[in-house]
Amino acid sequence: MQFPILSVIIFTPLLAGIILLLLPADRKTLFRRIALAAATITLALSVVVYASYDIAAGGYQFREELAWLPQLGISYLTGVDGISAPLLLMAGVVIFCGVLVSWNVEDRPREFFAFLMFLGTSVFGVFASLDLFMLFFFFEIAVFPKYLMIILWGSPKTREYGGMKLTLYLFIGSVVALIGALGLYLAAGAASGQYTFNMLELEKAGLPMDVQRLWFPFVFFGFAILGGIFPFHSWAPDGHVAAPTAISMLLAGVEMKVGAFAALRVGIMLLPDGARFWAPLVLILATINVVYGAFIAMIQTDFKYVIGFSSVSHMGLVMIGFATLNQDGLLGAGMQMFSHGVMTALFFAVVGMVYDRAHTREISKLGGFYQKMPLAGLGFIVAGLVSMGMPGFSGFAAEFPIFMGAWQTAPVVAMIAAIGIVITAAYILLVVRRVFFGEMPAELAETVTGIHWQDKVAIVLLMCFMIGIGLFPTLMTNMVQSGVGHVLSLLGGGA
Amino acid sequence: MTDNVASMILAVIPEIGLAVLIALVLVLDVVLREKSRPWLSWVVAFGLLVIGVLAAVFTLPGKESVSLFGGMLRLDGLGFVFRLVFLTGAGITALLTADNVDLGHRGEFYALLLTSTLGMCLMASAGDLIMLYLAIETTSIPLYVLAGFLVRDPKSVEAGLKYLLFGAMTSAVMLYGFSLLFGFSGTTDMYRIGTLLVSNQIPLAAALVGVMLVLVGFSFKISAAPFHFWAPDVYEGAPTPVAGFLSTASKAAGFAVVMRVLFIAFPDWAQYWTILIAILATASMIIGNFLALAQKNIKRLLAYSSIAQAGYILIGVTAHSELGMTGVTYYLVGYLLTNLAAFGIVAVVGRAIQSDEIASYAGLSRRSPVLALGLLAALLSLGGVPPFAGFIGKVLVFASAMQSGWLWLAIVGIINSVIGLYYYLNVLKVVYLYRSENEDQPVILTPAWKTALILCAAGIIALGVLLSPFYNLSTLPAIGIM
Repeated sequence: MQFPILSVIIFTPLLAGIILLLLPADRKTLFRRIALAAATITLALSVVVYASYDIAAGGYQFREELAWLPQLGISYLTGVDGISAPLLLMAGVVIFCGVLVSWNVEDRPREFFAFLMFLGTSVFGVFASLDLFMLFFFFEIAVFPKYLMIILWGSPKTREYGGMKLTLYLFIGSVVALIGALGLYLAAGAASGQYTFNMLELEKAGLPMDVQRLWFPFVFFGFAILGGIFPFHSWAPDGHVAAPTAISMLLAGVEMKVGAFAALRVGIMLLPDGARFWAPLVLILATINVVYGAFIAMIQTDFKYVIGFSSVSHMGLVMIGFATLNQDGLLGAGMQMFSHGVMTALFFAVVGMVYDRAHTREISKLGGFYQKMPLAGLGFIVAGLVSMGMPGFSGFAAEFPIFMGAWQTAPVVAMIAAIGIVITAAYILLVVRRVFFGEMPAELAETVTGIHWQDKVAIVLLMCFMIGIGLFPTLMTNMVQSGVGHVLSLLGGGA
Repeated sequence: MTDNVASMILAVIPEIGLAVLIALVLVLDVVLREKSRPWLSWVVAFGLLVIGVLAAVFTLPGKESVSLFGGMLRLDGLGFVFRLVFLTGAGITALLTADNVDLGHRGEFYALLLTSTLGMCLMASAGDLIMLYLAIETTSIPLYVLAGFLVRDPKSVEAGLKYLLFGAMTSAVMLYGFSLLFGFSGTTDMYRIGTLLVSNQIPLAAALVGVMLVLVGFSFKISAAPFHFWAPDVYEGAPTPVAGFLSTASKAAGFAVVMRVLFIAFPDWAQYWTILIAILATASMIIGNFLALAQKNIKRLLAYSSIAQAGYILIGVTAHSELGMTGVTYYLVGYLLTNLAAFGIVAVVGRAIQSDEIASYAGLSRRSPVLALGLLAALLSLGGVPPFAGFIGKVLVFASAMQSGWLWLAIVGIINSVIGLYYYLNVLKVVYLYRSENEDQPVILTPAWKTALILCAAGIIALGVLLSPFYNLSTLPAIGIM
């Protein structure tokens, strides 16, 4: 029998979390070691999955199947394709870095790391699911770790509001999507006589046009709420700002991709005709995301809110890529999901490091941090260059195809969205100048210290991915391309 | 003939067992000395376990519903599964009361609890209106007494009285409905009413009045709006484990009856009564959830939440399909364990902090991380979040509604489940986030409490993760009914 690598990735964090909860409360160093060990295992295995995915063969690989509730056609069915393998890797990297930057959590570290691990299980589970029910199951497991981690370890002023807002938005999104998915399941089952949640079967169901048009908005927008689509984006900045550093990294870096990925997998791939019908609306909303998000980020005075809104703007590019429904756009969206994941994780990590030392996030009260923590400053600048789409960094390899794709379907969208890129450059450069350069305020100069080695490891690791993909985009584009090919075949040979 | 009598007796072996256990408890009550009183609850719990095993072995239903004792009782999947549900509920309630001197050390408490359970078992298998009425009263009267069991506590007495008045009132209305049905059809056998009513060509309006009157009584039992007014006051005043029993086993018994009567006696009028049930479901969900938002007392919050839960379960009844019945059963089994866990934890914490106010739950996660986790599992299961039982139940009832063309009802359901999650999370916020002064004093858990809570927690997770065996069990009630 083949080694069940995906299951091991999914359940290692769960196991670690349960072990953590069973330990007595006073073994602080043990908790973070267990969490780090679990994160290392999952990272290593996700690298293995990525490296050993056979691009030439394509399709869904590393499949495992187990009957779960065969009476209703529910199975435990895992597998990754060219789109989800990079996301699995990204989740592995971000969780690993999240554990590192949370090394010094003081308040109830046992629960902190346990919930972080549960969140990890949830995201790995979604990325690796090929069964619709299983996807939901893992998608919704994230509800309570998210909520509790934000309200327990988040920033005291806004955590209760931000945590509740985020959790409810996501729950609304997921139950709306659940209704859509049940509708899809029942319609496909009634048509073929064989009720199944198996997405490989549902892909082939070939549902009639009216059914697809009816259920597409439920599943796509339901999941896209978690991807931060306008006008349901406002949970994202509030929630991300309220969350503790590691959770901001995971929420913005990985969870938003979970939403976008599920919208692609369930919405576009299972309901291709519905997607074609609704694509113009998605395109318009996503363009608003890009431009509006960038403008709002520009006027923020809170360091973390700048990054929060930048995520909204960047996720808009992913959605534009989806809505083009063509090869370049989808390829760019796949690349952008990875690139934005590592980039925003690095942003939030550095914001957290600055905040821990300055105890304020007001941009006007910060300055000169480059001298005290050069590596963090460098990391922030690299992430900034990625977010501007500078050639040589992963952002370019992602955003360029998106614009190419958009140009083919709706040139005006590409033109308007380009404004967003210009504004992004403006606010990133502004923040870099004000926070990292200039004079450090006198009261901060005495207290601010350098960063820990764990922080440095996290920063360097995240930077490696951004620069590595930027310099050698084919390391990833070929793989994403193979996944996109399958999506296009479902869409009927492309637009 | 003798063969037949033997098989009939075997079919009611759980009821016989319960009667024996009641007698045993009353004898032990006289014999046992003060020191060995705590053993009473263990005897009851073990007795119920034995009865449960006997029920599982000897009353296993066949492919068809078998008529017993001249049609008074039915041996089928519905009765089988719900009997096990009631026995489980009673057993866990017994464990939860073990260390409560005012309840668990008194034999008559268990005698009443078991009598009520006996009534429920008969409710689930009654095939005749007269039998059904007797069973409902056998269930209800001990429950009135149990709600007012703490005679020195004015709130408990008030709860008992309120429950009695409401119960007597709705029971009278229901009985009137039964008499109308008998008048129209000339029989009290549910299985014959259905066919007779149609062939007699009685006016639709008259029959619907009968159905509505009957539904009043049933709605009271399942605490569906607008017959829910008793629930918050009774749950708040009644001893906490009794409130847990009321909100779970008693409600499940009500649902067993709702399904059997509606599906068997009125199958041809489904187009009318499904609308009625859909309205009841919508009203229960909306009223339960919105009023729960404002509650400051955890028992009142759970009372309103249980009204809302009745609404979700009614969605599955509205579907009037095999999947619907399966969903209702799965939901009820999960809900039984979940709500018993929630009330059990409220009982434990209530003893330690002498309060049921939600605000006084502050710091619980530091005082007792285990109880906090248990409450987390229970509340999230009520909210319908995986990997807990409530999620699967909700998916099944929503799916059944959509399959039968009740999309709007499913959408009302999901909107309500979001509101529900809001107030459940708010309780968790108090438990996990807020601090209190006495958070260094741990909450003591006795072995009986531990056993009960571990059983509930294991059940909640098992129902949420290992779907297949429980799904198979939940399909049994539909056999011979749908």
